[in-house]
Order: sequence, then structure tokens, then C-alpha cells
Amino acid sequence: MLEVLSYGFIQNALIAGVLLSICAGIIGSLIVVNRMVFLAGGIAHTSYGGIGMAIYFGLPIFLGASVFAVGAALLLASISLKQKHRMDTFIGLIWAVGMAIGVVFVDLTPGYNVDLMSYLFGSILAVNREDLYFISALLIAILLVVSFWYRDILAVSYDSEYASLRGVNVKLFYTLVLVLSALTVVVSIKIVGLILVIALLTIPVYMAEKLSSTLASMMFISSIFSLLFTLIGLYLSYTYNLTSGASIILVAALFLLLFLSINSLRHH
Amino acid sequence: MTPILKIENLSYSYDKQIALEDINLSINPKDFLAVIGPNGGGKSTLLKLILGINKIQSGTITIEGKESTLCLDKIGYVPQNTNVNTDFPIKVFEVVLMGYTNHKKSLFGYSKNEIQRAHEVLKKVGIENFADNKIGSLSGGQRQRVMIARALFASPKILLFDEPTSSIDAKGQKKIYELLKDLNKEITVIVVSHDISIILKYATKVAYINRTLVLHDIKMDENQFDTSNEHFCEVELLNLLHNGSKKSCSC
Repeated sequence: MLEVLSYGFIQNALIAGVLLSICAGIIGSLIVVNRMVFLAGGIAHTSYGGIGMAIYFGLPIFLGASVFAVGAALLLASISLKQKHRMDTFIGLIWAVGMAIGVVFVDLTPGYNVDLMSYLFGSILAVNREDLYFISALLIAILLVVSFWYRDILAVSYDSEYASLRGVNVKLFYTLVLVLSALTVVVSIKIVGLILVIALLTIPVYMAEKLSSTLASMMFISSIFSLLFTLIGLYLSYTYNLTSGASIILVAALFLLLFLSINSLRHH
Repeated sequence: MTPILKIENLSYSYDKQIALEDINLSINPKDFLAVIGPNGGGKSTLLKLILGINKIQSGTITIEGKESTLCLDKIGYVPQNTNVNTDFPIKVFEVVLMGYTNHKKSLFGYSKNEIQRAHEVLKKVGIENFADNKIGSLSGGQRQRVMIARALFASPKILLFDEPTSSIDAKGQKKIYELLKDLNKEITVIVVSHDISIILKYATKVAYINRTLVLHDIKMDENQFDTSNEHFCEVELLNLLHNGSKKSCSC
């Protein structure tokens, strides 16, 4: 088994798995405590529009997906700060329109033969060096933002009304969290695909929330869980020749089931 | 004595509807003001104006002679709903630390002084032993105390409560009011509430707001009020305040 590690693409996959797990643990925690799960789902699917356009125009996939995802995040941030009660409608709208744009542009691309499924379900074994740079840069950005503005982000997440009374720029931090979420979603697409990304951002986080008494420890524990699920999922994917994203999510789901059973046993 | 809070000729309207009309109010240090009145009468509008959430349209609000929006850190605010986000992974002392105003905060993490101050205010409200507990593990009454500690954190001159007892039981309410009475020895307290039966025991001034404001100084005759049966009729109270004599109440 160990000789497998000498393959370049396996090394890339492992590095990507580690980096992404940390991103997902931190950002997933923020998404869950801010109740933005549906929002993140909308952004993930909207970014497919960017993937379609990038394929059509021959641009890097990450670029197209990032532009769409960040655009969607900014749009939703401004809507939620002005018309919070209409949020679900707008999320549903951009979700569908983004996907539709993606599908149409892929249709229009002459001689298109890229496997569409790899964007829907991920293909971590196809991670290349550019992908790794992108994920590393994102992780550094996330770590900087979260450690410098931890207290502001905590205040906005816990009680935004009070935070604004105390002079915290709620709009800025809300938007910042959404944009980082959007970018995390984009890099996750390569690993687990845009359909499954929400599971990666919620399952480990849900378990971590129950085990943590601070937001920082929730982020840390989520990252560890994500890493565990990603590595086990990858191993199963490679050994049994399964789709990597689906394997990772099913491992996570099994652990969640185990976690819930232990929890309910302890309460009885 | 210079008033700690002074409101002059304050009017406010939403679109075409007038919410507050020519409000004048002057509060001295260590007053205990109860703001009462019917729902939709303008209580929360006044509160939002004092806190700077809504912008003043006409009139002035000053705190110790300075425009209120320039010294919001002198007001400690305790919001109505203290049961928000009870699943949130956050410790009690971290919630208290959010009472710090932005410009005074340390850049990275929590400083020793801040944590010490958090313990100090938690002690003041009687729950210092819970400092490291997760906020969700506390009872409603204890969580209310955390919110009071958070409001006290920046050493405000005025404590402003919005319906302080709306989410706790009757026994807990009494304890909260006893705490407020205690805090009132050092600090001005303003309580916005529809629950006048309990508030009359503690208030030194009552402002009745229904678009306009009527102020009653009840310090002198606070013992007239019989609140022992935990029920007090607003009509009876108002008659009392207006006529200075008790009348029978049919409600």
C-alpha cells in the first residue's frame, strides 16, 4: 500500500485533502453557526454557471467558478442585509439560474468531452499543482481573517444586533464570511463536487458543535473530523475504485450515525 | 443636579404615522425609570432612538450634556430576547467580553485585563462560577444575568433594559429586579416594560408613553402601591397617578 504514496497524483490528492479539511472545518463552522447552510448550497450550485462559461471560453475552471461564486455571495449578502425575509426566494433563484447557465454553455461548447460528472461529484485524484496553490492561498486568507478578526466574527455570528450597537461593522464581516464561504465551496468542488460540498461543510461541523464550548474549538474539531473522513474516504475510493467525493461523504455519514447512536445511548 | 439623560422636543414618525410627539424627559443619576405604555405606543421607538439604532428626526437626546450618538458606550443595553442562539458554542465570559466597545478592544485574542473585568462583572451579577460554562447550559434567568454583565462590562452610566423579564418565570423575575435595585445604587436604570405590577416596587420615576409622554415621580409615595398579589391593573395605576387616590378596579 505504501508504494501508492510515491505517485504524484496521490500526493497531490492527500495534500489537497489536508488543506481543504482545514478550510472546510473553519468555514463550515461559520456557515453552521450563522445558519447559512442553504445559502452556501445556493452559492455552490450557482458556481456551476461559472464552470460552464469557463469551459466555453477556455478559461481556468477555478477562475470561472470563483467569479460566479463570489458574485453570488456579494449579491446574497446585499439582499440579506436589506430584504432578509426574501432570502430563500433569491437563493432558489440564483441556484437554478446558475445551474442553467452552466448547462447551456457546456451544450454550446463544440466537441465538449470533459466529464461533467467530475464537477458534480468531485475528482480529487485529478488535483494538480495549480489547484494546490489556489487552496493554499485560500487557507492562508481564511486563517488570517479568522485570527485577526476572531472576536468581531464571533460577535457578529452570536448576536449581530448587539454587535452593531457596539460598533462592529456587521455588514462587512457578514459579507466577508460569505465570500470566504463561496471560495471554500469552489475549491471543495474539485474534492467532493458541488452536489456533495454541503455535506462536507455540515456533517463534521454538526458533530464538532456538540463537542465544543467555543467557536475556535469547534473549528479545530471540525477540521480534524473533515480530515479523518477525507483520508478514509480517499483510501476506500482508491482501493475499491469508487467516486472519491461520494466515498468521503458516506464515511462522514457513517460516523455521524455512530456519533448520534452513542449520544442517544448516553442520554438514556 | 445635571441630568444624566435629557430628551428635548423629540418627535419621530414612520412614513406618515407619528410614533412619538414632542417628548421631553429628564433623568438624574441613580434614577430608576420605568417606561410603560401600550403596545405600539412608542416605547421601543424611544428605546431605538436612545440607542442610536434609529436616527433622530427632530429634537435632541443628550447624555451628560453630550449628544447621545457620540457616547453610546455610556449606555449598557440588555435586549429583550436572551434565548437567541442557545446552541452556539461560546463560553459565558466570551459573551460578557462582547460588551467591549470596538475601539478599546485588544487586537489579538483576550487580554488579561479584559478577562479579569469579565469575572468582576459576573461576580456583580452573582454568576461568576459559570464563567467557563457554555452559554446554552445556563437557565433563562442565569442567561439574563450574563446579558446584564455584558451590558455592565464597559462601565456604563445608564443601564437600559428592554422587557427584562419576558423570558423568565415569576420567581426569577423578582430576583432580577432585586439585582437591578442593587445595581441602581451606583448606576441609572431605565426599564422598558409592560409589566407594571412588579416594576412599581422599584421605580422612582414612571414614564407613560402613548405617542406623547407623561412623567410621574413616584419616589415619595411608592409605598402606596399594593403589589403583593402579583397583579396590578394599569387603569388603577393611571388613576392613582393622576388623582393621587386609589380607586376600585374592575379588571
